[in-house]
This record gives sequence, C-alpha cells and structure tokens, in this order.
Amino acid sequence: MDKEKIKINPEFYDIMPVEYQELVENATYGKEDRGWKDVGSSKELIEEHSLCAGCPESIAFRHILASLPNPEETVMVGSTGCTSLVFPHIALHNIHSLFGNQNAVASGLKRALAYRFPDKIKDVVVLAGDGATVDIGLDMTLQSWFRQEKFATICFDNELYANTGGQESGLMQKGFVGKMAPAGKQFEKVDMPGLAKTSGCHYVAMLTSSKPNRVEKVIRNAVLIAREIGPTYVQIYTPCILEIGKQMMEGLQEMRDSEGPGQRFEYQEFITDEAKAYMEAKHPKKKRKKKRVEEKKVD
Amino acid sequence: MSSKSLIGTVNKKGQKIVDPEYLFNEAPRERFFMTGSEVVKEAIRRASVDISVSYPITPQSEAAALVGELWVEGYVGDYFRGENEFAVMSECAGASFGGARVFTTTSGPGTLRAYENFPMWVGSRLPIMINFMVRGVNSPLSIQPDTLEIGLVIDTGMLIWHAETAQEFYDYLLKGFLVAEEPDVHLPIAICIDGFFVSHTKDDVMITPIDMAIPPYDPYRSPVPCMDMEVPPVRMMRDPFVMKSNYISYATQASWQQETRAACERSRKHTVRLLGGLIEEDRSDAEILIVSSGTALAQGREAARILAKEGIRVGTVKIKTIRPFPTEEIRQATKNARLIFVPEFNVVGWMAREIKACIPDNHRVIAGPHVAGGMTLPPEVIVDEIKKVLAKNKEAIHG
Repeated sequence: MDKEKIKINPEFYDIMPVEYQELVENATYGKEDRGWKDVGSSKELIEEHSLCAGCPESIAFRHILASLPNPEETVMVGSTGCTSLVFPHIALHNIHSLFGNQNAVASGLKRALAYRFPDKIKDVVVLAGDGATVDIGLDMTLQSWFRQEKFATICFDNELYANTGGQESGLMQKGFVGKMAPAGKQFEKVDMPGLAKTSGCHYVAMLTSSKPNRVEKVIRNAVLIAREIGPTYVQIYTPCILEIGKQMMEGLQEMRDSEGPGQRFEYQEFITDEAKAYMEAKHPKKKRKKKRVEEKKVD
Repeated sequence: MSSKSLIGTVNKKGQKIVDPEYLFNEAPRERFFMTGSEVVKEAIRRASVDISVSYPITPQSEAAALVGELWVEGYVGDYFRGENEFAVMSECAGASFGGARVFTTTSGPGTLRAYENFPMWVGSRLPIMINFMVRGVNSPLSIQPDTLEIGLVIDTGMLIWHAETAQEFYDYLLKGFLVAEEPDVHLPIAICIDGFFVSHTKDDVMITPIDMAIPPYDPYRSPVPCMDMEVPPVRMMRDPFVMKSNYISYATQASWQQETRAACERSRKHTVRLLGGLIEEDRSDAEILIVSSGTALAQGREAARILAKEGIRVGTVKIKTIRPFPTEEIRQATKNARLIFVPEFNVVGWMAREIKACIPDNHRVIAGPHVAGGMTLPPEVIVDEIKKVLAKNKEAIHG
C-alpha cells in the first residue's frame, strides 16, 4: 500500500494518536534509500518495545525494520517469544498465531498474496527466535525451504528460551548450564546455517547485530533474493543478557567477543550462483561504496 | 470490490459468478451418482476457492487429492501438500490472513494433531472451511467411522455442521462459505461427515451447473484487517495484550472470547436462511423421539420406520448444526416427548450430553445406543434399545 492510503483525514487529524501522526509525517515507510542510518532521525516502524533495557534483540529488530527494502508491501510473520512483545507495536501488518508455526503461516500467506496480487511485489518476512525456528518449528522451517517458498526467514539466536526464562534450546552451546540443562547441555549447537544450505536456501548469513551496516546488507539481500529466487535464512546473535548474566551495557561487547575469527558467530555468508546473478543484474550494490571512497579521499 | 458487484461477471476459469440464492433455489440441477469424496470435488469446483492445502489421512485422502486436480484444471488458485496437519492448518491460516478463501480436509488423528490451530483460527477470525471426514482416534489404531472427533472440537469456537447424506454434504460445502464469511460471523467452519459411510459410498446427488460458481471471498468485509498491507491501520496495537497482568488486558481477552462465541450465535440467522433451520423434525409430536446427527440419525429414521410397522410411533429430530447448538429448537421439538433416544457413533455419547444439558427433565434422555471402533449401528439395535427401555418403563409402572 502506498503512503497515500495511511494519510489521515484532516477532519480527524487531531484525534489520531500522536505516533500515527508522526508515522504519516515522518516515517521511512515508502522511501527507497532507507537503511539503518534512518534510525533515530526519522519515525521508526517500531513505536516502542517492552524488551529488557539493553537487549540486543531490540536494536537488531530496529535495524532490520529500517533495512526492509519495501516495507509498504511487506508482511511480517512472528512467533511466540520475546519478539511477540515487539511485533504488536510495529507499523507493518504482522501475524503471530502459534509457537513454531511461523514458516507454515508464511507459506500460506505468501501464496495467498502471490495469487491475489500477481502484478505487485509483496514481501513476506519471518522473524522468530531460536526455539521457534530450530526446536518446535524445525519441521516447518525446513519444509518451507524444501518447497522453495519465497520468503526470508530471520532467526534471532539468543541460544536459549529467553521469554520463558532461560531454558535449553537446540542453538544453545554444548555444556552451557541453563534451566532444563542442569548438568550442562549434552549436545552441540545445531548447525542451522548448514541445514539451511542443504535444505535449499539461496542465501544464508550468520552474524551478530554488532554491525548495523552488515545487518542492513544481509537483510536486504535476504528479502530481495527470497522475493524472486527462493528461500533465504539469516541467523543473528542477539544474546539474552539477562540469562547469561550480563549487565545491560554489555550486550555489544558480548556480540563482538563472539564474532571474532574462529568464534561461533564468525561472519558467514553463502549465496547460490543463481541468487548472485540475480542480485548483480537486478539489485546492484548501493552507492555507499562510492561514498566510502569519497570519504577516504577527504581524509 | 464487493462480492455482490461481481455477480454476472466471469471468474478466471470462465465460470459465471451467480447470486447464491439463485444457485441454490432456482438453478437447474443434474443427478449424479457419486462418492462423498467426489462430492467435495464438485462442490469445491463451484466454490471460487483460492487456496487449498492437503495432507493424506484415511478416509479423507481421496477428497484432498481431488481438490489438487481442481487446481491443475484451474478451478482452485493454489494447492500443495503440507508436511503434517498442524502445519497444514497453519498454512491455511497464513493464506486466510492474506485474504484467500481457503479449504482443507482432514480426519481423526489429523484433526487432533492440528487441534492447536482451531481456537487460533477462531480468535483470528479466519473463515477457513475444513471438512472433517470423521474416524476413530483411539489406540489401538482404527480408521473406522467414529464421531468422537466432533465431540472433541465442539468448544473450539468454530461453526460445526454435520451432513447426513452426500446431497447435504454438497450443499453444506457451498453454503458454509457464505455463512462463515458473513462480516458479523467471520469464523472458521467445519463441515463434518461420517467417514466411509458418506466419504466412500455412492449416493444420488443433485449438482448445480458446472459453469456457475458462488461469489469469491471479499477479505475487506472482514471485521479484522486483512494482513495484505492494502488496508490501514498498519499499526494495529499500542500495547500488546500478551503477558500483561492488568485489568485492561484480561478484559480484552475475555471480551474477545465472548465476541467470538457471540459471532457463532449470530450465524443462526444466515444458517436458517440457507439450510431452512438448524434442525429437521419428523413427527416430533410423538412420545418417543430419536434425536441425533449424521448417519446415526439415518439409522434412527430406519428404526422409527420398523417400529411404526409394529404400531409404535417414533419421531425423529435431526441436528444439522452442532455449533451453534440448536438449544431452543431442541427444547421446543422435545417438549412433548417422554423418551428421547440419542444413537451415536462414539463411545462417550457426547451428543446425548449436549441434549441433556439444554432440556428440562433430562432423565428423558437415553444416551444410546452408541457404538464405537467401527461397529455398525443397525436399525435393529436401535429398535431393541427402544423396546428394552419401553419394557422396563412398563415394569416400573406396573410393578
């Protein structure tokens, strides 16, 4: 829908909630060159959230929404967990139905939108935690990839069930002592990027949310490739500072410590030849590279 | 785009969109001899269905596969096999959230595997149609006809209709969409038939013309926004209700549950218009009544015929809609009855329980006979039960 549709009737302007007025006046909704740099300077698509102070998930969420290439035609599907405390606040149509069924819901949704709007771009983006993606919903996550469903799956990996209070998840590190893993987790962290590659994803990335530029690039790739080529998967480390015993200012350092060479969140990116060719032809890299060169010249 | 304005136009397959009243009451019909599974194919062919998701489980597998043929033929917009019934019902939910008319089918264990979705469909106001071809859900494994499954879904909040014959099945499939999609209803609807007895046997069915279809679903008549980024509001809530421990949150949750139940009740007027009532009475002034739904009632009707020959007058009341439950109708229909027999194809007798809960002097209700596990329910068994109770009553009176 274009921004015209959410314009407020002047007669009712003064009785509309102020955040809605701001959304219409000053959102990046409907802006082509949007990105994480808009965060803080224009109306964000997240109004507010009820996550813990300093939660890396909250900033990752804001950067992801700022990086969606086409939010005015994007529907997001969430699942049960901390993210379901944020989704109701966002300025995009979004669905939360049951725990773990997000990729099944997105499959039906994407097909319905493709059938109803054959001449329009409608992006579907799944955003769910690691419990939803890798444990209770693994079947549906993988099956949607086998079927080559055209939507992006983003997993907020905090290596445990945060919202229920720190229980063991499949993405928890081996040996970590958590609730329901009183003797330490007995098996390895599930290699979800590996499964994504062998299950048919055309683009797979594993990262932390410490670098907004990287988050922006990855999300853009994942959404654009999913739109035309096939399923994509992004796994972002968003540590649950509460459950790993960190202070609210320590989330960023935790992510930096975990993404160094040889660490479990060392940056990984995989793209199929088909997806690469498509991106080069249809969505060549933004001008930012040039800018960076210019900046260097100034230096 | 309103559905009404599309009447007289042609859909993608070239079928004429017709006024449902015309289609059901005036359009010519042709007689076919077909199974319940084939009925599904012919009804869905005329139902302007956008999306269907399937999964094999006996006895609904054939019907689900035939809908796939309709997709290949161009009558259904999109179709695929899901990975299990829980996922299938979530896929249906996604499609319905996205504004599609959605149809699916399942049976017995599939219904239970999918169960978590049904209250979610209701709360999300998704007017999905699901066809339950009911069968046993017990262990040891049974694939035989059994209606326990219906008793297990009655409080999910869905509309639940129970067709007795292939003809009713055909009509309910088409009419069900129209009732479920009314803006003041907008709830999922389950069309139940007894597995094998209706799904696999052939019966005469009067079918509407192949080149006519009911109007398509209009998602913008929904009481909640369609999730397609075409309609404001884009920001739906200022405060999520989940996990908030405050009065507003509880009141919102409670009132929404009441509203979805009220929506189910509001379906009555539309249902009465299309089905001619929630029950069907035959000699209900008799002192002895047989009240039930589905093929159990068909057997009851036959029992009443046998007893009539012996001079025992027995009436029947067929329950067509299990949700909303025809409480007032049943009270009226049974007000003169001295004995109310409720034959059922399940071990618990949930229909008898439902009837007992809504009528005065419910000692009149005899919960049975009921059979389970694939046992048949010959009319003679119902006749024997009635005679046994009558003899006992006589003893009680004279002894």
